[in-house]
Amino acid sequence: MTASTPPPIGAPDDEVSATATHAATGGLVKSVVALDRVVIRLAGDSGDGMQLTGNRFTSETASFGNDLSTLPNFPAEIRAPTGTLPGVSSFQLHFADHDIMTPGDAPDVLVAMNPAALKSNLADLPGGGLLIVDSDEFTSRNLAKVGYATNPLEDGSLDGWQTVPVPLTSMTLDALADSGLGKKEAERSKNMFTLGLLSWMYHRPTEGTVRFLERQFRRKPEIAAANIAAFRAGYNYGETTEAFAVSYEIKPAPMDPGTYRNISGNQALALGVVAAGQRSGLPVFLGAYPITPASDILHELSKHKAFGVRTFQAEDEIAGIGAALGASFGGALGVTTTSGPGIALKAETIGLAVMTELPLLIIDVQRGGPSTGLPTKTEQSDLLQAMFGRNGEAPLPVIAPRSPGDCFDAAIEATRIALTYRTPVMLLSDGYLANGAEPWAVPDVDSLPDLSEAVGFATGPNAEATDGSPEFHPYKRDPETLARAWAVPGTSGLQHRIGGLEKADGSGNISYDPANHDFMVRTRQAKIDGIAASIGPTDVEDPDGDARVAVIGWGSTYGPIGAACRRIRASGRKVAQIHLRHINPFPADLGEVLARYDRVVCPEMNLGQLALLLRAKFLVDVQSHTQVSGMPFRSAELAAVIQDAIDTSTTDTTSTDAVPAGAAVNGAMQ
Amino acid sequence: MTTLDTHVHDLGMPGNPISAAVAASVELSGEKKSELKAKDLKTDQEVRWCPGCGDYVILNAVQSFLPSLGIAREDIVIVSGIGCSSRFPYYMNTYGMHSIHGRAPAIATGLAASRPDLSVWVVTGDGDSLSIGGNHLIHALRRNVNMTILLFNNRIYGLTKGQYSPTSEVGKVTKSTPMGSIDAPFNPVSLALGADATFVGRAMDSDRKGLTDVLRQAAEHKGTSLVEIYQNCNIFNDGAFELLKDPMTGTQWSIPLEHGKPLVFGPDGASCVVRDDFGGLRIAETNQVAAEDIVVHDATRENPAYAFALSRLSSQDLRYTPMGVFRSVQKPTYDGMMAEQLDVARVSGSADLQGLLGGGETWSVA
Repeated sequence: MTASTPPPIGAPDDEVSATATHAATGGLVKSVVALDRVVIRLAGDSGDGMQLTGNRFTSETASFGNDLSTLPNFPAEIRAPTGTLPGVSSFQLHFADHDIMTPGDAPDVLVAMNPAALKSNLADLPGGGLLIVDSDEFTSRNLAKVGYATNPLEDGSLDGWQTVPVPLTSMTLDALADSGLGKKEAERSKNMFTLGLLSWMYHRPTEGTVRFLERQFRRKPEIAAANIAAFRAGYNYGETTEAFAVSYEIKPAPMDPGTYRNISGNQALALGVVAAGQRSGLPVFLGAYPITPASDILHELSKHKAFGVRTFQAEDEIAGIGAALGASFGGALGVTTTSGPGIALKAETIGLAVMTELPLLIIDVQRGGPSTGLPTKTEQSDLLQAMFGRNGEAPLPVIAPRSPGDCFDAAIEATRIALTYRTPVMLLSDGYLANGAEPWAVPDVDSLPDLSEAVGFATGPNAEATDGSPEFHPYKRDPETLARAWAVPGTSGLQHRIGGLEKADGSGNISYDPANHDFMVRTRQAKIDGIAASIGPTDVEDPDGDARVAVIGWGSTYGPIGAACRRIRASGRKVAQIHLRHINPFPADLGEVLARYDRVVCPEMNLGQLALLLRAKFLVDVQSHTQVSGMPFRSAELAAVIQDAIDTSTTDTTSTDAVPAGAAVNGAMQ
Repeated sequence: MTTLDTHVHDLGMPGNPISAAVAASVELSGEKKSELKAKDLKTDQEVRWCPGCGDYVILNAVQSFLPSLGIAREDIVIVSGIGCSSRFPYYMNTYGMHSIHGRAPAIATGLAASRPDLSVWVVTGDGDSLSIGGNHLIHALRRNVNMTILLFNNRIYGLTKGQYSPTSEVGKVTKSTPMGSIDAPFNPVSLALGADATFVGRAMDSDRKGLTDVLRQAAEHKGTSLVEIYQNCNIFNDGAFELLKDPMTGTQWSIPLEHGKPLVFGPDGASCVVRDDFGGLRIAETNQVAAEDIVVHDATRENPAYAFALSRLSSQDLRYTPMGVFRSVQKPTYDGMMAEQLDVARVSGSADLQGLLGGGETWSVA
């Protein structure tokens, strides 16, 4: 059970480079094994600080220069009863010396801080994987809480894994014996002890964490000191213990030159909104109501008042979007952020924004539904709500980011569309993008799109009254974009009234005329359809250019689908990957592009919502592949689905002779 | 609202497109025109309320008094919800938005908070503001956003043709309550004071002088002002306020509120308001109490309990209804504090976008 020399970590077919040895302090001979990738999962009680530990390990890894992808996974309850299964919180990190696309299908290393964490995560750890547990927490009381009749550390049930029990809690207490902290307080630093141990195991830089702890607890220096002491003790323990004879080296990944930072989807969205405000020249106004998993965008934007960003925490979701629309009426860049249940509440105001044709950015960080659903888990099930969840014919553009860092660009693109076309725009992120993180190349501000041209406030009359006198017609349109004229209050001589009642073409006065209504409904639709002219052709990734099967997706499935396509190609098969940024309108050539393929597979974390749209719009027999577990797809499973589609769609037998994807799966492809 | 900053303005960032558009339009049309006549505020839209509706009287009163504030019409924005009264913006030659049911205070909050240079008004009804939009109303009041809310209370749903409203009296027979309403009504003034509103007044549609007087004070108040306007719906609830309008009964049952004056009312001043034994107020006969026991109206009391006690004197059948300004106190406005925080942030931190994007822990790849 004690693995004094655990074998190299990772899938069996991972390339393992030469092993070096060196003498560590204390005279122990320790070896260093080079790996190309590792997936670590930290699991513990909600109160154990697993998310913080994971984030710190991520920051260390990012600054070391590995490519990485993370999957935080936590319960909706802030603190479920200690030591119970519902209280388990975990953080998975995949890092590598090459470009990776997902947080990994399964961990190579599992750190379980208590029996509950072990019980709820062990099934995901492949046989032979490294399992580190806090042996102090395996008391009969804690075992009983989660239904272990016997101690798994003693009954042989963990023999299939490389199990290393470490008394993390008591060693933390020993390390902090002179800190002056009470037992309970000192115990809370065990996550930093664990982080220290892992930092040693994977050769992570440590200065960043020390600086972080000093900053985080600058008002409580004794807590900062205790956490740093625990962190260092964990590191030193790794260096001196006989329990771990091997440490691992994962070289930095090659990346394009530039400055990088680690960024989550919610952070990137918030920064994208600030940038969109700066690049358009408009003051940003965010109206929002707290909701998981979108609240962090509110938190982040609230910090950026120096950029003229106003944030308004409203009394409810409806007021959040109402205030944002009111600000848009006044000429601000109105933004509202929420998750699926909030979109349901905002629907009527979105309709008003469609009718008043004002720019508005609506950000939906999707979570598991329906109703309250799974607040902290991910899903893509709001697509049809975004498309159609309003009364009447109320079309609006829908766009989706594909990765945490891409949320930044998506926010700017959404703003471009909203301003250029005077329309509310729906941006569909999700829980996986929101909380997941990846390295992000910091863009040069001057290279960002200039959105000031899109503003174009009216300053004078644009029409003539019947008597020939100059007038302002708020619904007079730009002939190319069909965007209406936008005059802000305060503009002399352009006073006008807008609202939810149907507008007369041009003048914007109330009109109940049947022909006018028909015209206006069609015009609003034509305006949205016309956005396709500004978005370029479908982006198809098909290295050989002759794939017969295409896989199409949108949003956060980009990573898993992309990793699955790499596996497919590594097995000698061909597949084209299409990942949509714009879902409404679709790129103008999408129908033609899809028609080229024998088969189109569409994986989604819903019951086939994009597939439904594609089938309806293009009469393409899209094969929908769905999963609604609240968790992202595993790329190996997607690869199997794609492989099946390829192998059953072709009459050419050569490809069926290729090695099955399952066997050819290279962990590095994830 | 008369202390508006009519020069534009640093609205979030220097030289932004809003200020530029406003400046360009002023250059095009000459000076900002703040000397208006009532007819300058009329639009070419046909007014479509039922003949005889109290809304006409209120519209005329607003159009007549608004020029006296000296605000250019392009700096005035009227936001309404849904209902008969919410058609109001279409008839005012200002900026306006006829929005959706109940949400006008929320929309106006976003506008007023981001454009402190504007004079923002909300026109709403009893169903709009107290049923479907009740939440937005109380939160706007507690925040003290700089705007004036005109609540047209006709105690009925008019646009949907005659259902009881949240201010209808218990027992009211309507289409949806054939056996009489069993809902206890809101007293809008009590509700507003419960939300700690900084300005609360009440006026009668037909009383041009009293209405204008309350409206002027409301408009001049910095912060959220709520004016409940009793408004007759001659189709579905005709005569709802007759007890107070009728010259015979009106003086008996109305309590005129005048700041600094003793609360004496009724024919020959026969009735008055005195303190009761429980910290509230009660009606007394003037000749039965000592003059010094009669309450002298003070709308500026910090504690809203007095104004609230005043609002509780009236019953749902409108006897002993105080009319005028209940409360008028100064508190920091939401939009003002928001602007201050932005100023503080600008002083203490720079708006360097490149610095923001590249902030936190970064690493370089050569």
